[in-house]
Amino acid sequence: MSGDPLWSIFVNACLINNFVLAYFLGICPFLGVSGKLATAARMGGAVTFVMLVSSTCAYGINQLLIAIDAPYLRLISFIAVIASTVQLVEMFIKKVSPALFRTLGIFLPLITTNCAILGLALFQTNKGYDFAQCIVYALGAGVGFTLALVLMAGLREKLELASVPDVVRGTALTLTLAGLLSIAFMGFAGLGG
Amino acid sequence: MAMHLSMTDARSTDEFIKGLWRENPVFVQALGMCPVLAVSNTARNALAMGLATLFVLLMSNIVVSTLRAFIPKQVRIATYILVIATFVTVVDYAIQAISLDLHKALGAFISLIVVNCLILGRAEAFASKNTVTRSILDGLGMGIGFTFALLCLGAVREILGNGALFGVQLFHDGFQDWVVMILPSGGFFSLAAWLLVFNAVKQRRARHASADVEVAR
Repeated sequence: MSGDPLWSIFVNACLINNFVLAYFLGICPFLGVSGKLATAARMGGAVTFVMLVSSTCAYGINQLLIAIDAPYLRLISFIAVIASTVQLVEMFIKKVSPALFRTLGIFLPLITTNCAILGLALFQTNKGYDFAQCIVYALGAGVGFTLALVLMAGLREKLELASVPDVVRGTALTLTLAGLLSIAFMGFAGLGG
Repeated sequence: MAMHLSMTDARSTDEFIKGLWRENPVFVQALGMCPVLAVSNTARNALAMGLATLFVLLMSNIVVSTLRAFIPKQVRIATYILVIATFVTVVDYAIQAISLDLHKALGAFISLIVVNCLILGRAEAFASKNTVTRSILDGLGMGIGFTFALLCLGAVREILGNGALFGVQLFHDGFQDWVVMILPSGGFFSLAAWLLVFNAVKQRRARHASADVEVAR
């Protein structure tokens, strides 16, 4: 249905309409896990993986729901798929790297309630992307999320050393930083058409 | 007996009041930030989003607290999410029926109420352990607190960005719109500003409290 070329979908999801900075999706992990650079990068990797898998499943489910004419089941089935994918990733990480499992902590199961992932599934359905476009869109969104998270973590690591008034410390400062990053990302508008 | 009654009354009003200010979901607990930032560009969108979330929160609290004895521990999170998703689907279709414009303006964010951490958080932390009445009060309090926070943000952003409130023009033609407030970055900035106000009030109170202790000594 949608004839956008693949590279333009990628640039769009990753930079112009960055999921975190333009759509406000996935703010919770963005504020919660962006304290340290290494953790932020790994969290980005985990989210990108879940995005790819759930985007693939969501595409299949949507085709099935269209076939049996039950679009009102879309939301419920998407969220069920995402929850089970996250469970899988959790078990995988626990097995492969217990250290990473501990650092991510509560934010790992919370990927389920990461709006970026459900948002991705809903957007790709609304835009009517075909299978290849879905994969590229998910990849772009994941890379964009990782990019935002890593940039933010880098800034916050530097900021730790600065002396800031007590009132500003904490979430307020992080949000101001996010606002500035969001302005910077507006510079990408027009790229990729 | 009378005293006992008044005591339980005081506690149940407290369930309601705590969500409005002391444990305000947005300003104090920083929950459900995504919709707060995304749809608060006008006061009307903010109010609609707040009411939709209030409804879902209230209904899911009622269902979860009613069924709390029957839901197996291992699959409780999945059950809560399915309950929430059902009510969100209801809200989605209802808004589409009431106002198509509003449905377009809010877009995918209505469906995204499902993943609002606030709702799942209340189901897990409160409704699964408390009676139906208390859960209703808790849901109402938290929902109204959430709507209040959304309105605070939406009003500031609409006044500065459009020079209007609920679509009514407030200033003369000479007013220069502060466009950045409508854009995504404006959401971050105005929420940061509100948090600063809250922090300042909290610190001032803490200082006063410690000063009182000093005086008492």
